[in-house]
Amino acid sequence: MNVVVCVKQIPDPAEPGQLDPETKTLKRDGKLILDESDSYGVEMALQLVDAAGGGEVTLVSMAPNNEVGGIRTALAMGAAKAILVSDPALAGSDSLGTAKVLAAAIKRAEPDLVLTATESSDGYTGTVPEQVAGLLDLPSVTFAKQISVGDGKVSVQRQTEAGFDDVECPMPAVVSVTAGVVEPRYPSFKGIMAAKSKPVDELTVGDLGLDAGAVGWAGGQQEIVDVSAAEERQAGEIIEDEGEAHLKIVEFLDQLKVL
Amino acid sequence: MALSTVWVFAEARDGKVLPITLEMLAQARELSDNVEAFHGGDGAAIAAELGAHGVTKVHATGDLGGALLGVPVAAAMAAAIEGGAAPDLIMFGTTYDGRDVAGRLSAKLDRTVITNNVGVSVDGDAIVVVEPVFGGSTNVSTKFSGPGPHLALFRPKSFEPAETGGGAAEVAEAAVPDLGGAGGATVTERHVEEREGPSLDDAAVVVSGGRGLGEAEKYDMIETLAKLLKAAPGASRAIVDAGWVPYSYQVGQTGKVVKPTVYIAAGISGATQHMVGMKGSKNIIAINKDAEAPIFSIADLGIVGDVHKVLPKLIEALEARG
Repeated sequence: MNVVVCVKQIPDPAEPGQLDPETKTLKRDGKLILDESDSYGVEMALQLVDAAGGGEVTLVSMAPNNEVGGIRTALAMGAAKAILVSDPALAGSDSLGTAKVLAAAIKRAEPDLVLTATESSDGYTGTVPEQVAGLLDLPSVTFAKQISVGDGKVSVQRQTEAGFDDVECPMPAVVSVTAGVVEPRYPSFKGIMAAKSKPVDELTVGDLGLDAGAVGWAGGQQEIVDVSAAEERQAGEIIEDEGEAHLKIVEFLDQLKVL
Repeated sequence: MALSTVWVFAEARDGKVLPITLEMLAQARELSDNVEAFHGGDGAAIAAELGAHGVTKVHATGDLGGALLGVPVAAAMAAAIEGGAAPDLIMFGTTYDGRDVAGRLSAKLDRTVITNNVGVSVDGDAIVVVEPVFGGSTNVSTKFSGPGPHLALFRPKSFEPAETGGGAAEVAEAAVPDLGGAGGATVTERHVEEREGPSLDDAAVVVSGGRGLGEAEKYDMIETLAKLLKAAPGASRAIVDAGWVPYSYQVGQTGKVVKPTVYIAAGISGATQHMVGMKGSKNIIAINKDAEAPIFSIADLGIVGDVHKVLPKLIEALEARG
């Protein structure tokens, strides 16, 4: 069974994010790392391929520059190869533009299953998995917290407001996974070394047969008109507990008349 | 300029319209005199409640037989639009099904979808939506360009629901066309995770626990404290993912957005993901042993201390008051 996992390389979330003053979008010119939320999909894919007794995991990613740092991390976990769509024309892509690129790249890999995260940790639109599925005309299940594959279909426990649903879906399909689906492995030293020689197929928008006008700034159907500081909550009283801090809480609750 | 028609993707459970839908309807009425709803299911069952919230017409697919909503509802919406319906704006809630339908429809109509919004207005002939970024410290306003219908997702509790006292909405059948290869994802069984006490949605007090509790058993302290305060127990994503408590406890961007009178965060450091879901609380009390934890930047009362020491004493003090 062949599985494609969509992965995103993002600015390190531990560093404070910044907007580019000119484009008013998130600055992505520093070092990029593998979005942690994508590591769950990579791990799940590796386990499903293993359970199926054959096949491979292909990563699909896009970036305005030819950044591969995050992809190497996922290759080190065990993915066999990667397709990276890298083109200056991709800068400024919205979720639909992103989905068009990913869908075109996924088609090349002819997968039985496509896994994604539910949302990226920098843009968190959460719509790309469904947009990709829609463009590929495939069925889909979002918010999977458990996945198994058999008899040409994928069985998923899908998170809901009330609990979860058991969902069955014919394959090929697109499934988005939550952070609860599986515990990602740490790349081993051997894995890290092997990742250096694994193939990363770099493609441009033109290679995919896509019109450059449909992606990036050119394809955007939106324009940022204002960026302003939100009304900040002020920090209140901060005290060090020396054994009596609970009394302070009781007093505060009393004042608020919730006791 | 007012919009001529706004659609709201209407969600319901057990015949009751979800709060997020009613919230969006109130805002939709600020934008247009003609607010219509689109529902994946039986429209007649919710027509009265929608009408009371100002909906003139509900487009409904009828029973979908357990199909996940994304594919059939988006297909029915696209078919209605192709058939002449012309909403300027379609509003979706940031829910599981809301995101699915909006994403599918976006691909189908080749229209972008702007997500995570908390506000929307009409400026001249343009629709402008407002999205908070960086954990809510910055607001980004974005204008849709190009032809409609424009698609936007809104966060829960962004607007106040309000009844208009209108009569039942007219029910219009929205036929689901042939779904081709995209159909087929079907729910075979639904599991409801029961929870005790008041719900996160409307409790005056919410007590949430996080990774700082150290182990699953210590969540008992949160439950006990919640019971004493008649509060709803909540949790950070970290301990939901770790399997300590069910997903229905999760407060945050993916989870519940809460705005109680008092929010108590115990052993929660304050990841963006969590803060987005609770920073609208009227008062915030945080207990965390790390003085540098981001949660303290928004706390009205911050206790730098060990939850394993502070919580038992707090519970004891509250029990003593009876």
